[in-house]
Amino acid sequence: MDNKINKVLLLGSGALKIGEAGEFDYSGSQALKAMKEEGIETILINPNIATVQTSEGSADKIYFLPVTPFFVEKVIAKERPQGILLAFGGQTALNCGVELYKKGVFEKYDVQVLGTPVQAIMDTEDRELFVQKLDEINVKTIKSQAVENIEDARKAAAELGYPVIIRAAYALGGLGSGFCDNEEELNTLAEKAFSFSPQVLVEKSLKGWKEVEYEVVRDRYDNCITVCNMENFDPLGIHTGESIVVAPSQTLTNSEYHKLRELAIRIIRHVGIVGECNVQYALDPESEDYRVIEVNARLSRSSALASKATGYPLAFVAAKLGLGYGLFDLKNSVTKSTSAFFEPALDYIVCKIPRWDLGKFHGVARELGSSMKSVGEVMAIGRSFEEAIQKGLRMIGQGMHGFVENKELVIDDVDKALREPTDKRIFVISKAMKAGYTVDQIHELTKIDKWFLYKLESIIKTSLKLRDMSGQFTNEPESKEVRDILRLAKQQGFSDFQVARALGMENTMSIEQASMDIRSLRKKLGILPVVKQIDTLAAEYPAMTNYLYITYNGVASDIHYENDGKSIIVLGSGAYRIGSSVEFDWCGVQALNTIRKEGYRSVMINYNPETVSTDYDTCDRLYFDELTFERVLDIIDMETPHGVIVSTGGQIPNNLAVRLSDEGVHLLGTSAKSIDNAEDRDKFSAMLDRIGVDQPQWSALTSMDDINAFIDKVGFPVLVRPSYVLSGAAMNVCSNREELERFLRLAADVSKKHPVVVSQFIEHAKEVEMDAVAKNGEIVAYAISEHIEYAGVHSGDATIQFPPQKLYVETMRRIKRISRQIAKELEISGPFNIQFLARENEIKVIECNLRASRSFPFVSKVLKINFIELATKVMLGLDVQKPDRNLFDLDYVGIKASQFSFNRLQKADPVLGVDMASTGEVGCIGEDTSCAVLKSMLSVGYRIPEKNILLSTGNAKQKAEMLGAAKLLVSKGYKLFATGGTQKYFSDNGIESTLVYWPSEEGQPQALDMLHERKIDMVINIPKDLTVSELDNGYRIRRAAIDLNIPLITNARLATAFITAFCTMTPDDINIRSWQEY
Amino acid sequence: MTEQTMTEATLILDNGMRFKGKSFGYEKPVSGEVVFNTAMSGYPESLTDPSYAGQLMVLTYPLIGNYGVPPFTFQENGLAAFMESDRIHAEALIVSQYSDNYSHWNAVESLSDWLKREKIVGITDIDTRELTKILRESGVMKGRIVIEGVDEIVKDEDYAQINFVDKVSCKEVIRYNEGAGKKVVLVDCGVKHNIIRCLLKRGVEVIRVPWNYDYTSIAYDGLFISNGPGNPDNCDEAVQVLRKAMTSSDKPIFGICMGNQLLAKAAGASVYKLKYGHRSHNQPVMKVGTQRCFITSQNHGYAVDNNTLPQDWEPLFINMNDGSNEGIRHKSKPWFSAQFHPEAASGPLDTDFLFDEFVELL
Repeated sequence: MDNKINKVLLLGSGALKIGEAGEFDYSGSQALKAMKEEGIETILINPNIATVQTSEGSADKIYFLPVTPFFVEKVIAKERPQGILLAFGGQTALNCGVELYKKGVFEKYDVQVLGTPVQAIMDTEDRELFVQKLDEINVKTIKSQAVENIEDARKAAAELGYPVIIRAAYALGGLGSGFCDNEEELNTLAEKAFSFSPQVLVEKSLKGWKEVEYEVVRDRYDNCITVCNMENFDPLGIHTGESIVVAPSQTLTNSEYHKLRELAIRIIRHVGIVGECNVQYALDPESEDYRVIEVNARLSRSSALASKATGYPLAFVAAKLGLGYGLFDLKNSVTKSTSAFFEPALDYIVCKIPRWDLGKFHGVARELGSSMKSVGEVMAIGRSFEEAIQKGLRMIGQGMHGFVENKELVIDDVDKALREPTDKRIFVISKAMKAGYTVDQIHELTKIDKWFLYKLESIIKTSLKLRDMSGQFTNEPESKEVRDILRLAKQQGFSDFQVARALGMENTMSIEQASMDIRSLRKKLGILPVVKQIDTLAAEYPAMTNYLYITYNGVASDIHYENDGKSIIVLGSGAYRIGSSVEFDWCGVQALNTIRKEGYRSVMINYNPETVSTDYDTCDRLYFDELTFERVLDIIDMETPHGVIVSTGGQIPNNLAVRLSDEGVHLLGTSAKSIDNAEDRDKFSAMLDRIGVDQPQWSALTSMDDINAFIDKVGFPVLVRPSYVLSGAAMNVCSNREELERFLRLAADVSKKHPVVVSQFIEHAKEVEMDAVAKNGEIVAYAISEHIEYAGVHSGDATIQFPPQKLYVETMRRIKRISRQIAKELEISGPFNIQFLARENEIKVIECNLRASRSFPFVSKVLKINFIELATKVMLGLDVQKPDRNLFDLDYVGIKASQFSFNRLQKADPVLGVDMASTGEVGCIGEDTSCAVLKSMLSVGYRIPEKNILLSTGNAKQKAEMLGAAKLLVSKGYKLFATGGTQKYFSDNGIESTLVYWPSEEGQPQALDMLHERKIDMVINIPKDLTVSELDNGYRIRRAAIDLNIPLITNARLATAFITAFCTMTPDDINIRSWQEY
Repeated sequence: MTEQTMTEATLILDNGMRFKGKSFGYEKPVSGEVVFNTAMSGYPESLTDPSYAGQLMVLTYPLIGNYGVPPFTFQENGLAAFMESDRIHAEALIVSQYSDNYSHWNAVESLSDWLKREKIVGITDIDTRELTKILRESGVMKGRIVIEGVDEIVKDEDYAQINFVDKVSCKEVIRYNEGAGKKVVLVDCGVKHNIIRCLLKRGVEVIRVPWNYDYTSIAYDGLFISNGPGNPDNCDEAVQVLRKAMTSSDKPIFGICMGNQLLAKAAGASVYKLKYGHRSHNQPVMKVGTQRCFITSQNHGYAVDNNTLPQDWEPLFINMNDGSNEGIRHKSKPWFSAQFHPEAASGPLDTDFLFDEFVELL
């Protein structure tokens, strides 16, 4: 080992964004663990405060700072680490590292890059170097031409012949890339690609080829292994992050498998990787011909998936290899006795399915292509493809029950929907099969390998057979025929719900009851699931492993249960999606840690491969399985736990509380009845009225007449939402009757059981959050934070300030008092969150969740009190002390800012509203608000503008709000460009600005032209309201700003905060202080 | 084939345990040693590997048959184009989920049809993980498959006593690449065709002789001892000939799998039964005296006892999981062997270079 390395800097990946999500929390955490095991001091730079890696005990020092060369160099200068790890923070860390290397920073401070040398990284990132490098070892690549201007791009495309694919070099997960069928499409795409990178690649498209990936590891002794291969269900043409993926490959012969494996090893050797890389291939479906698509010289989404799919901890091993170990020095961390130099053998199949949230964005293009749009993913494990995919389709949590027995999709043109894939394609296949399309026809349209289609067809066949047998299920429920079909259905991953629906049982009873009836019948017939271990060696050697999944394709379980009442099950948070992300993973992991520390057996159920909670090291037993009512009950039946925690995993476990409790499951903490009383708006509102707490006026929707009467009373705008929602799904502000009626038609579909409510929408009110922990109805610890934006921006998108800097003391006092009342009334024991509206000192409650909220990690870390640890202790029935510090003691400020991924979501309107749109967040700490705002805005990708700023500042009130900021800009020498109304307002108020024209207006200069000519460094575009007509007006400008990678702000208060920050201080004024130093 | 038409079939282990499944192959009673393999691909290669003669092969990877079966065609030299011998050698195939439908450009028939054509039993719907856990603990386990509606013929052979090598070895001398260059005598204990391909590819002439043939009178440049099925103790005749060759000549010798064990025995070392046999594509080996490691394909239950190697021999490779012997070499003479399968087919190609090293010695 390199003995001189005793202090190492690790770069994180920052906020979660499309293409760069939770997987890097997992890989970074593993790397830190590996360093710790070596006794090496670790420094981490990552502004993502909600991650597990930025928790106490993970790194020795944590800097919540932007991962940019500027700040990283400052930290290096201060900390003087001997080594740096660049491969664990995604493309963000890698790009930052390459820049620092080129600037000579590592040399200057004598920092050694551990693992893969930077030259090797550059060889794989620069397309031309890459092709050249692979040519040297006779490995075929996709013929591509690197061009630096649009004419050359057109020329290259003409030479290669359309269709071609366009990629921006050095870009995250396919950013700015896409397919072009003709020159017109090329012109549009190429311009966008050039905005992300000076170099753009034009390649021949290989649409329809199989896409296969290998995860390869190499040590400095040149020993190599491939840990896993994976095959995309969707053929080439859809970004691998958008594809359904299986591991191991299913349709490759031995010869193909090992041919590609040998190539992968040849490549990793020649490039000189030390650690891990991923090689993506296109494989001809008609021969053994192949092309290498790309090599990622770092840990990636795929490597996180491969780690979870196989049990091989790639990041941990890669970190050790970076220190100079050989693979032969390390042990297989599952068996703990065999060598880490081996290749896992799987005796199961895993299926990864992306999770999209395209429904949340106005105008977004739903077609899938070579650029990534999904916000999360799930991994399902089974012993048949049918079992794995049906589990997975439930896991993605979009109201689907599997491949069949879903609500009928309305598709106008099935052929087109098959040919041009969208986020719904798998369900289109289901629909087509039911409509009689053959496997051959679907293959023709989709190019999906027939093997997958045959398997899907067999699910359809079973569904049809069940339908035919409903009589037998009623008359001869214990016959052999019923037993056989039921077993087959379960082996193919049918849930009890699906079986009940296929049998038509909903006609005579509730589906919940019908599902329970199927469950009872199953148990009577002895059709029970078994638990299998993931042991990396397919049972060849004995292994003590706690990494488990559940299957019906087996006769015996691998686990012998203790039944000692010491297990505590924590329900995880499922797929990352807009509104539920790494923050709940942090909560789950804190709960597991506390359970373990208190001497109980910690058991996790979760299925998100991007998380730390699904790392089998994190708990005593990990069920990598569904969070459905059925599966959770199955696990409870086997595990016989002391209790179950439903309050640290966001809304998925929260929604299970009542049904689990009804089945006699012991929930730890707040009772299911109280949870229901808080979730059900009717009950909750009645309770607030009872205890005399104010709330915005609201009404349950029963008839249009009632609604009209209600609105006559409160007036527009109104907020419309169904109960039981998270992140504002199907929630909307309606400003007039037409919008209201249109929206209600959509929302009424969402949930039959719970009424849709219409509430008064209060404008220009502050939104305040209370995050707290209570015990037996008494608050133990709390944190009050305020939104920078006024109410109307979803709390998940808002910029949050903690402790509050601009709240009246009286407001705070009232909020505390109301919270105490609510905690008492609902007898809360555990974490909870209440959202308030405050205007003057008038306080109204908008929402209350009896579970941990999105902001728990943020307030816990800023306050340095672990709210989840406290809450878990409460739920375990342990004594807890009220912490001796509170928010009034803090002499610093925390700002939580949101990360948006609009650049990935083609055509989506980048505007904020009551529906959440952000994909991630950061949290930074500063001496004052400006310092914290500046750090956090730079962390989510904003740049301090150089010179020219384009403004359209909304309605009169918003314009007035922006006035001070505009003056500040002018005084700092910025040049302002403004659209009509704004320009007039500025000039009326003595602020100099240049008039520019909206796209809908005649005249010069045109705002859009200025953007395209790169004359604008920042755009502030504030819609007057969220009506369709108003949004349409600014859409093209906002969208152009996003597509051209120009910083955009759409909220007056946030714009003011940011402008104030960068006008009153520069990045050089920022003190470089670690979390521990505050 | 649909669910309804599948006949029930039961695997009955010698310890009395029963695994119920369904038949997807030829329907006849069958018995033999039940062995498993954890490879995730390569069922056509494994089924035609003569080392599996007499065995009921369990695959731990649950989805089998996905890519069908390639054409069973032969090249001009008599070697199969895609297979490892001229027929299936395993007695039966036991899987978790047989894929009714296959999809691959090079497939001409389904696995089910192939098994039926070659009269080989196949059963599916078996919890092969649970079965493997039992097999791994017992080391050797015999079993039989009983198919519903098919009369059971009680056949009680002692597997260890049957000389499977004699059954699968060629019966007469076969020459390949005649006059091509250096001559390699290949002792066929059940050779996989890819071993011959690997040698021919390197431009040598191969003289394939039956396992107990006395080749010492043939003029050759190198000697190759192949893989083969069963217990190495049954191959004493081959050991005797080999010993004779080693005393009369210093010509290069290379052995694979059974060849490693026979070479060790000829050198005077002994062979023992492993607690956990090696039956997979992911076995790590390290070359002794180096830090070079390789992933190898293996299928053996016996190992050479390192401690019994004579003075002038030494281990060449060691298994990194359990420290068992994975190859030996003579300290001064050009004699070496590998317990694993450098020819792969199926499995990883990491140790293909051993053929280069052998041919360079000639």
